[in-house]
Amino acid sequence: MSAPIQLRPDETFILNVGPQHPATHGVLRVKMEMDGEYIVKAETVLGYVHRMHEKMGENRTYAQYLPNLSRLDYLGALGYTHGHVLSIERAAGIEVPERAEYIRAITVELNRVASHLFWFGAFVMDLGGFSPLMYAIQDREHILDILEGVTGSRLTYCYYRFGGLYNDVDDEFIEATKRFIPNMRKSLKKYAALVTGNIIFHKRLEGIAPVSAETCRKYGATGPVARGSGINFDVRKNEPYSGYSDFDFDVPVYHEGDSLARYKVRMDEMEQSLRIIEQGLAKLPAGPIMIEKKPKNIKLPVGDFYQAVETARGSFGIRIVSDGDKNAYRLKLRSPTYSNMHLFDETCEGMLIMDALAFMGSLDLVIPEMDR
Amino acid sequence: MILETTEQALQALLDGTMPASDADQAGGRANDVIITDYKSHGYHLDAKVSAEQLVAAVTIVDENGFFLESITGVDWIKENQLEVIYDFSRYDFDTCRVVIRTRIPRDQPVVPTITAIYAGANWHERETHDFFGIKFAGHPHLVPLLLPEDADFHPLLKDFKA
Repeated sequence: MSAPIQLRPDETFILNVGPQHPATHGVLRVKMEMDGEYIVKAETVLGYVHRMHEKMGENRTYAQYLPNLSRLDYLGALGYTHGHVLSIERAAGIEVPERAEYIRAITVELNRVASHLFWFGAFVMDLGGFSPLMYAIQDREHILDILEGVTGSRLTYCYYRFGGLYNDVDDEFIEATKRFIPNMRKSLKKYAALVTGNIIFHKRLEGIAPVSAETCRKYGATGPVARGSGINFDVRKNEPYSGYSDFDFDVPVYHEGDSLARYKVRMDEMEQSLRIIEQGLAKLPAGPIMIEKKPKNIKLPVGDFYQAVETARGSFGIRIVSDGDKNAYRLKLRSPTYSNMHLFDETCEGMLIMDALAFMGSLDLVIPEMDR
Repeated sequence: MILETTEQALQALLDGTMPASDADQAGGRANDVIITDYKSHGYHLDAKVSAEQLVAAVTIVDENGFFLESITGVDWIKENQLEVIYDFSRYDFDTCRVVIRTRIPRDQPVVPTITAIYAGANWHERETHDFFGIKFAGHPHLVPLLLPEDADFHPLLKDFKA
């Protein structure tokens, strides 16, 4: 019989989570120094799907660059193109017709629900529950069908234009969306019964990975991550755009800061998005969907311009430095998951690896958006 | 409210230090604090400081409860300078977006790190180092973040050739 392996009690080993790992939802690598099942130190390694979108922003005209934005976050693409068109409209001083703004709000909220649904399914699957994903995908499918009818695509939308929209919504869109809302509300009840009250689910999330409001501030975390830590911050409320100030909706905030709080924020947000869609459809004004004189070959004045929007994952910012040309001199994309993920390394120290993976799921990562 | 407080604090910092030298007139603008038109530019306060004043300026912003949005660079190749831009914002309804910018010579691109103030600056500074080759003095781990680990090129410099 051979001698048993001698391990020093203080010995640690390196574990690579990713770049190809089901729990990382894309090509993200986390280098973890482990003491048994406990994480001593973690280092996130980015860049596996880095495509240098910011350089492309300098080489393409503002209009040519528009489709790039929907390649950042493939689950909530409309929010990102929304940010870009708003930044150009701000800089060029374009006033968008009210109908177009309302339709933007309705479609972007539909997209937010779709994104949260996919996150919900994938998150519960991370924790070992497979069937909620199937239900979530089914509901998301209805949204994709609705959006496909009006935008022409199912994932990488390019629907907004500087000064308006690519095309108007038809009766079919309005009817389908009206049908969808009560069905989605039924589903939300189903999810609450199926998952939210589940005791195993609670044990995996409650009190796990608490993130303080101060940590959020130091790392610049936004979106559901910040709102799960008691920070009442939502760009739609703080700096309203696209008619959001006309809608009556709440910003769900939870103070626990744990993985469960981040879960609850997103689940509540879906209901709030439905409320916005409902009001948008009820108040939808008639009129044009595009400004009269369609802007061609847009050139911005010299200077710096910043625009933030609330995407499904948090505050997405776009900074344009213009030298007066038809291309940006410099175009910076501030992506929310980049800042949200940054606090992972610090927070997961001393955690069990399965808790850390649940925590990672609760951050709602989309890697192409982080790497840009 | 917070806009005036921050503006006065930043202005006091600039007044308290030595008068602007020639190098600080970079980009046709002296070191100063401007209240910008939010509607057309999307931010409220724009402060241009020298690299030596940077840490003090960021400390003021931190003490006033701002969070870090992002850090980025701009290559002003015609003026032979690099610019580093820091974006800050607030969580509460006292909405105020503050921009702090500093210019450094292109052949000696060094600014102090702010990771000691904002831990979240770590990745942003690494990314800016990746893209522009700007060195953040005192950064704990200034290795490529988004580029390959052996990358020795800086793709957002205007004279970069693939």
